[in-house]
Amino acid sequence: MDLARTFELVGFGPDGWGAILLAGTATTLAAAFCGLLLSFVLGALGASAKVAGGPAARAAAETYTTILRGVPELLVIFLFYFGSSSVLGAIAALFQYQGFIALPGFLAGVLAIGVVEGAVMVEVLRGAFLAVKPGEIEAAKACGMNTFLRFRRIIAPLTLRHALPGIGNVWIGLLKGSSLLSATGVAELMRQTQVAAGSTRLPFDFYVAAGAIYIVITVSSGVVFQLAERHYSRGVARP
Amino acid sequence: MTTAVRLQNIHKRFGALEVLRGITLEAQEGEVLSLLGSSGSGKSTLLRCINMLEIPNDGDVWVAGEAVKFRAGRQGQSRTVDTAQIDRLRSRIGMVFQSFNLWPHLTILENVIEAPIHVLKRPRSECIQEARDLLERVGIGDKAQYYPAHLSGGQQQRAAIARALAMHPNLMLFDEPTSALDPELVGGVLRVIRSLAEEGRTMLVVTHEMAFARDVSSRVIFLHKGEVEADGPPEDVFTNSSSPHFQQFLGREARTE
Repeated sequence: MDLARTFELVGFGPDGWGAILLAGTATTLAAAFCGLLLSFVLGALGASAKVAGGPAARAAAETYTTILRGVPELLVIFLFYFGSSSVLGAIAALFQYQGFIALPGFLAGVLAIGVVEGAVMVEVLRGAFLAVKPGEIEAAKACGMNTFLRFRRIIAPLTLRHALPGIGNVWIGLLKGSSLLSATGVAELMRQTQVAAGSTRLPFDFYVAAGAIYIVITVSSGVVFQLAERHYSRGVARP
Repeated sequence: MTTAVRLQNIHKRFGALEVLRGITLEAQEGEVLSLLGSSGSGKSTLLRCINMLEIPNDGDVWVAGEAVKFRAGRQGQSRTVDTAQIDRLRSRIGMVFQSFNLWPHLTILENVIEAPIHVLKRPRSECIQEARDLLERVGIGDKAQYYPAHLSGGQQQRAAIARALAMHPNLMLFDEPTSALDPELVGGVLRVIRSLAEEGRTMLVVTHEMAFARDVSSRVIFLHKGEVEADGPPEDVFTNSSSPHFQQFLGREARTE
C-alpha cells in the first residue's frame, strides 16, 4: 500500500474522493442523529410504560423490547424498506399506479435503526430511573411539587445523569448501525466507500480510510459524552 | 386553640401486615409532639399518613381544618382523589427525612430555593435572600454553594431543615431526623430542632432521643404495635405511664444509649 497514493485518493484533489466521502460522512451522522432522537423518544415512552404504566402498557413495552432486541438490524431495515414498498405499492395499485414506490431509503433506515436502538434505550432509561433514590423523589412530593414539576426538576435530570453512559453506547450502536443503510442504497459513508472502492479497484485504501473516519467520529463523540457526564455528575462524590 | 392535625381511626396495611390499627390523634397549633415506639410500631408510617406519602386504608385525616380526600381503591390500595389538594397541603407541611433526601444535582442553596420558586412561585431574588438567612440560622451559611455530597450528615440534615423552613410551613414533620447521624453530629441538629420548637412551631417528631422527647416536647405519644399506648405531657408519660410496654421500651432505649 502506497500511503501517498492513499492520501491522494481520499483527498480533495482532482482524482480525490474526499468530497464524496465527506458527504457520506455527513449522511451517516445525520442518520445516526435522527435515529438517536427517535430512539430517545421511544425509549422514554417504553421506560415510563415499564416503570409506571398499567398492565397493558407494560406488556406492550415488554413485547417491543423483547422482539426488537432479538432481531438483526438489517432485517428490520429490509422490513421497513421493502415492507413499506409492498404496502405503499398495494395502495398505489388502487390508483392504477404500477411502478415501484417505497419509503425513501434514508427515512426507512432511520426508522429502522431508531426503533431497534429504541428498544435498548428503554432499558437504559429504565435502569437509570431505578437508580434515582426514592427518597429524593419523595422529598419533591413532600414539598408540594406536582407530577410534572417533579419530573422536570428532579426526576429527569437525575435519570439523565445515570443514563448518559448508556446513551453513549446507544449512540455508538446507531453510528455503526447506520452503515446498514447502504443496503438500501442510501449514500452514507459505507455506501460511498463501496462505490469508491469498486470504481478505483482499490478496496483496501478506501475501507481503511472509512474505518479511520468511523474511529474519529466514535472517539470524538466519546469525548463529548465524557464532558457531558462530568457536567451532569457535578455534586456526585467520587470515592 | 386551633387544631393543626387530626387523625381519626387510621388504619394502614402493607399486605397482610397491619401497621396502624385505628389511631386517633390530635395536635393543636403550637404543640410539639414526640412520637416514640420501638421499630415496627408504626410511628414513621403514621407521620407519613399526614402528608399522604402513605395513604391510609381507612380513617380520616384533617390538616388545618381541611379534610384530606382519599379512598380505598379496587385492590385494597388507597389512593388520593384530588392531587391538587394534596400538593397544596403538602406545600404547607415541612418534612425532614431520616436520610435527608437532598437533591444531589443541586447545590445547598438551590435545594433550599427550589420549591419556593417553583411551587410557591415567589421571586427568585427574594428566595435567595431568605435561603441565605435560613442557612445562616441552621449554622451552614458558608456551605450555600456546596453540593450535598460534600457535606457531613449533620450539615445535610440542617440543610434539609432549611429547605423545609423555606416553604413557611404551618406544620413540621420530622421522621427520625438524627437516626442516620454519627453520634457527635446529633447534638447540632437537635439544637436546631429545639430552637424551632421554642419559636412555637407546630411539630411532630418521630425520635429515639429520650432526652429530647422529655425536655422539648409538649406531648409524648407512645405507639405499640400500631396503637397509641400512652399520650400525655412528658412528665406524666415518663413517670406515671401504666403501660408495661412503655417501661420495657424505656429500659431497652436506656441500654442502647
